[in-house]
Amino acid sequence: MLLTLIKRYSKPYLGYIAAVLIFQLGSTIAALYLPSLNAQIIDQGVTKGDTDYIWRTGGVMLAVAFAQVICAILGVYFGSKTAMAIGRDLRGAVFHKVTSFSAKDVNKFGAPSLITRGTNDVQQVQMVILMGLNFMVSTPIMCVGGIIMALKEDVSLSWLVWVAVPILVAVVGYLVVRLIPLFRGMQGKIDRINAVLREQIIGIRVVRAFVREPYEKDRFGVANKDLTDVSLKIGSLFVLMFPAIGMILHLSTAAVLWFGGHRVDEGQMQVGSLTAFLSYLLQILIAVMMGTFMAMMIPRATVCADRIGEVLDVEPSMQEPANPTEPTELRGHVEFRDVTFAYPGAEEPVLSGISFTAAPGQTVAIIGSTGSGKTTMVSLLSRLYDVAGGAVLLDGVPVQELARPEITKRVSMVPQKPYLFSGTIADNLRFGRTAAEDHELWDALAVSQGEDFVRAKANGLESRIAQGGTNVSGGQRQRLCIARALVSRPKVFVFDDSFSALDVATDARLRSALKKTTSDATVIIVAQRVSTITDADQILVLDNGRIVDRGTHQELLVSSPTYQEIVESQLSAEEAA
Amino acid sequence: MSGENRFAGRGKRGKQGAAPEAPAEDALDQTSVAVLEDGIEDEEYKPTEADGGAWGSTPGKKAKNFWPSAKRLFGLLKPEAAGVWFVVALVVVSVVLNVIAPKILGKAMDVIFAGVIGKNLPANVTKDQLVAGLKSQGQDNLADMLAKMNLIPGQGIDFQQLSFLIASVLLMYFAANLFLWAQGYVLNRIVMKVVRRLRDETEAKLNRLPLNYFDTRQRGDMLSRVTNDVDNVQQGLQQAFSQLVSSVLTVLGIAVMMFVVSWQLALIALIALPLSAVAAGVIGSRSQKLFAAQWKNTGELNGQIEESFSGHDLMRIFGREDDMMERFEAKNEALNKAAFGAQFVSGMIFPVMQFVSYLSYVGIAVVGGLRVAAGQMSLGDATAFIQYSREFSQPLGQIAGMANMLQSGVASAERVFEFLDADEQDPETATEHLPAKTDGHVEFRHVTFSYTPDKPLIEDLSFTAEPGHTVAIVGPTGAGKTTLVNLVMRFYELNGGRITLDGVDVTQLSRAELRSKVGMVLQDAWLFGGTIYDNIRYGKLDATEEEIMTAARATFVDRFVRALPDGYDTVIDEDGNNVSAGEKQLITIARAFVSNPSLLILDEATSSVDTRTELLLQKAMAALRTDRTSFVIAHRLSTIRDADTILVMEDGRIVEQGSHVELLGREGAYHRLYMSQFAGGAEDEEEPAAVGAAE
Repeated sequence: MLLTLIKRYSKPYLGYIAAVLIFQLGSTIAALYLPSLNAQIIDQGVTKGDTDYIWRTGGVMLAVAFAQVICAILGVYFGSKTAMAIGRDLRGAVFHKVTSFSAKDVNKFGAPSLITRGTNDVQQVQMVILMGLNFMVSTPIMCVGGIIMALKEDVSLSWLVWVAVPILVAVVGYLVVRLIPLFRGMQGKIDRINAVLREQIIGIRVVRAFVREPYEKDRFGVANKDLTDVSLKIGSLFVLMFPAIGMILHLSTAAVLWFGGHRVDEGQMQVGSLTAFLSYLLQILIAVMMGTFMAMMIPRATVCADRIGEVLDVEPSMQEPANPTEPTELRGHVEFRDVTFAYPGAEEPVLSGISFTAAPGQTVAIIGSTGSGKTTMVSLLSRLYDVAGGAVLLDGVPVQELARPEITKRVSMVPQKPYLFSGTIADNLRFGRTAAEDHELWDALAVSQGEDFVRAKANGLESRIAQGGTNVSGGQRQRLCIARALVSRPKVFVFDDSFSALDVATDARLRSALKKTTSDATVIIVAQRVSTITDADQILVLDNGRIVDRGTHQELLVSSPTYQEIVESQLSAEEAA
Repeated sequence: MSGENRFAGRGKRGKQGAAPEAPAEDALDQTSVAVLEDGIEDEEYKPTEADGGAWGSTPGKKAKNFWPSAKRLFGLLKPEAAGVWFVVALVVVSVVLNVIAPKILGKAMDVIFAGVIGKNLPANVTKDQLVAGLKSQGQDNLADMLAKMNLIPGQGIDFQQLSFLIASVLLMYFAANLFLWAQGYVLNRIVMKVVRRLRDETEAKLNRLPLNYFDTRQRGDMLSRVTNDVDNVQQGLQQAFSQLVSSVLTVLGIAVMMFVVSWQLALIALIALPLSAVAAGVIGSRSQKLFAAQWKNTGELNGQIEESFSGHDLMRIFGREDDMMERFEAKNEALNKAAFGAQFVSGMIFPVMQFVSYLSYVGIAVVGGLRVAAGQMSLGDATAFIQYSREFSQPLGQIAGMANMLQSGVASAERVFEFLDADEQDPETATEHLPAKTDGHVEFRHVTFSYTPDKPLIEDLSFTAEPGHTVAIVGPTGAGKTTLVNLVMRFYELNGGRITLDGVDVTQLSRAELRSKVGMVLQDAWLFGGTIYDNIRYGKLDATEEEIMTAARATFVDRFVRALPDGYDTVIDEDGNNVSAGEKQLITIARAFVSNPSLLILDEATSSVDTRTELLLQKAMAALRTDRTSFVIAHRLSTIRDADTILVMEDGRIVEQGSHVELLGREGAYHRLYMSQFAGGAEDEEEPAAVGAAE
């Protein structure tokens, strides 16, 4: 996957990559030329006592060094440009893909996992590309170039290269191969230790309430010991790395001097060539070492690339209609026609045979126990999921046939989990309708009972909201979410258990204010509290994904045993009797 | 390398780190609303060290008090002083050997060179004669060079000497590397031992901190102190310490050797020093700024991604895909620009430093060549010098890198020390014990308490909970309900008054003894990552399977667990997606059930459970509650009607106290609350009557 991704996303930058190769080649050649010049200084200048020659060659060396640095910098320039651009494109691709996801697709990965894939995983791949372009590319060039130059100096010593390089690769490779699984294991242990600490901090009250400090201490102790053991293992291997590499380099040096000495003595090689050969061998070995080190990044990047690939390969389970139907009216008439819905992989359908209509001006309430499918039912209206059977119609048109703007124009939902975006309160309230005026925001806040606390803030509407809305309380968050839906002025309001975090008095005030503003709209309310829905035009009692009873509060009190149970559970025994 | 090693914080952690902790967050701001109302700062994405590793550079993290913290950090090594000195000794030996070896190699070179020159000279004359002969021919330079050399005219390379020199160099290197390995090995053990102890200390500290420490600090920050920062300390000690010592020693050693070999060349080599320093300084400071920009942009972009993905449903509902995409593109492009700048400029350091080292290489080659040709120096010394100058730049670069790492390690250590130095809860002053059979008689006498001195919360509060009674506490958010029960648990210390359990002042009891008598179900249904079975067992670690099953059945956990594919072995994951909020609450109730306490506290324990299940649960709880005192906090008045005593709280005071019927009759605060809940609105109050009529 790593290769496929790199191949696909490097296409626009092939020119840059070619430039990287050319400049790396240039800088490597220059780097390799320097020892050769040094050899000439020794052989032509020093041995013959020709000082002019020494000066001249010195000048050439300086020029070569200068060319080298220019090439190297240009190489880095194009390398960084390419790697960063590919990273940007990858992030863009992931983001674009996820934007087209349906709620079902998002659930398959989970939002946190998608976030990691779009951020850190891309970074990993990007880094491997950068390192590859800046360092790994030069390794083979250096090897080939070094070998050619070494051969030029003395062919018969070249066997030293063939021996030294494989030994180095074998030793470094062996250590790297042993280390990689250990590193991965260590990551697991660190995650474990962090998880334990995290649990202790989050669950501190529970830990203390049950006097489980000694137990937690033991749990941590075990995790700590595991981590220490793995770290020790890694450390023991790791400290072998540099002495081993050092020894190989030094052995090579000694071998060159010894065997080279013989060749020099036989008159088949010059002393300068000997020093040049030595330099080449060391340069080759260092390049090989760097290359092998960099290779350590590859396994991890491969995992990341696979995770990115998984996201990119998803065929969004929900497509926008190719030829959307233009609805003839804009009223907010809702109809569920024999709707069936099942989550992927689940045996039992979540919803089956759901039929009802809600006309503008009407309030339809849905009540039922946890897990009875209420939230799923209302999400179908915004087409967060597609039905498995039957149809959900808005103003007479199935939602699958409507273009997305037609749906958003009609339906606004206050989700069960109130979520706010970072920005100001005003930004959040305008989320559904950017053109809304300030006074409209205040009106909405007045209805949602959020006016007082927003006014109490020093910056009013311009107060900052942290990501997710974590800097306001749960109840405040809910009120802002309700106001956000009000500002967007939809034809259909959906409140999915949106009053749960409000204390009863606020809840009551909010609902009475809401009744006035939403009088022309269709309102669909999911609720737990019976008191919230007593005046609904129609109450649907949901049980195990089916509508078991329907009617007004009064009707249901008489006709529906399930509803009676719900009501009874919320009133004291004596009142019910 | 260090990227692998430098453990991830928020981001790299994947699932765990990136997961927004919404449920717990909710709980947090409900529990301690009084303290936190305006206390929470915007929690923005802050890149951690870990991300730094991934990007190949550490964001500059500065210690506030570098030296004191550094001193204390190295003080951690004190118990291992003997080992540390041993390590230092090993480093010294290995550096000395490493520094001397090139000089010997140079000598080997001289032997070869002498052999080459000597071979071409007539065999029957002495060196002195040759030199004199050359001088008379006017070839002064060559004469001087020969004079310096240890050669015998007519003889080739002295292989015996060469093999001796090479063998001794190899031996030296072998020893040097052996010592290098040994010091690494020993140091690794020492550091791991110290870090393990530090970790244990932080964990132990966690258990000694008062709860308000946790209330008033960002959890993310705390977590990062006990995890990332400790890891960073390990890095600092492990890598920076050993490498810094050996690098500094190597630089010194090489400098000395260079002057020994040739002070003229040494000066040339040293010119490279300020040059590299200037280059590194200029590029370094520039790239640091660029990296900061890259960090800022990464943070913003990640925040944007996090938001868009977390709020994915809302984005669809309100049709904001295009707008989000636009904002993303802009941030993505900004990051690309910043990242490119940072990577390019920082990437320049390497070639530029190399250029500087080439400059000195060229300088040495030329001047060295001239001096050898002039007979002022041997060829071997010149080659040794080249090697020295090469080895010189490497530890210099390392020192720069290590200094950075050490600084970041010290900054982290400082944060860990701050954590370790935080005020602890009052030490135990246990002087009394509870009677063997406690009956849960709780009394509050003139209790005064506040989280912060300037915001009084509970003032002069008194009441009594009779043994076996159920006390319900109602009131608006922020009235101090949760605080009240937390005080029973002694989670916080009183500012005034006293609380007694069975007549014993709770401060006279050890916390463990007090808490072991109390079962508490908190409003945030916190479960740890483990199976459902283990989570219930948490209430009583030595519970038998029978006891656990009984608890599970009584609390209706059994009912939904049977529907799960893995039953009781279902692992509760971090996001808790596999069980619903209501189900989680049931498990926490089962956990309290199994611990069989004499005093039971239920703080919004059933808020997410549907009302029908709740009713059944209440019957079960009633069984659990017989003959023990319980405190119940609830929003739903249906939960609390059957309580023996209802305390109505407002602004930290008890405004009303009595049974349901009494309080309704009084038509005060409780009546208002009750009406608003069951009337569906303050303006139409006939609703409850209608309900009643219909029954």
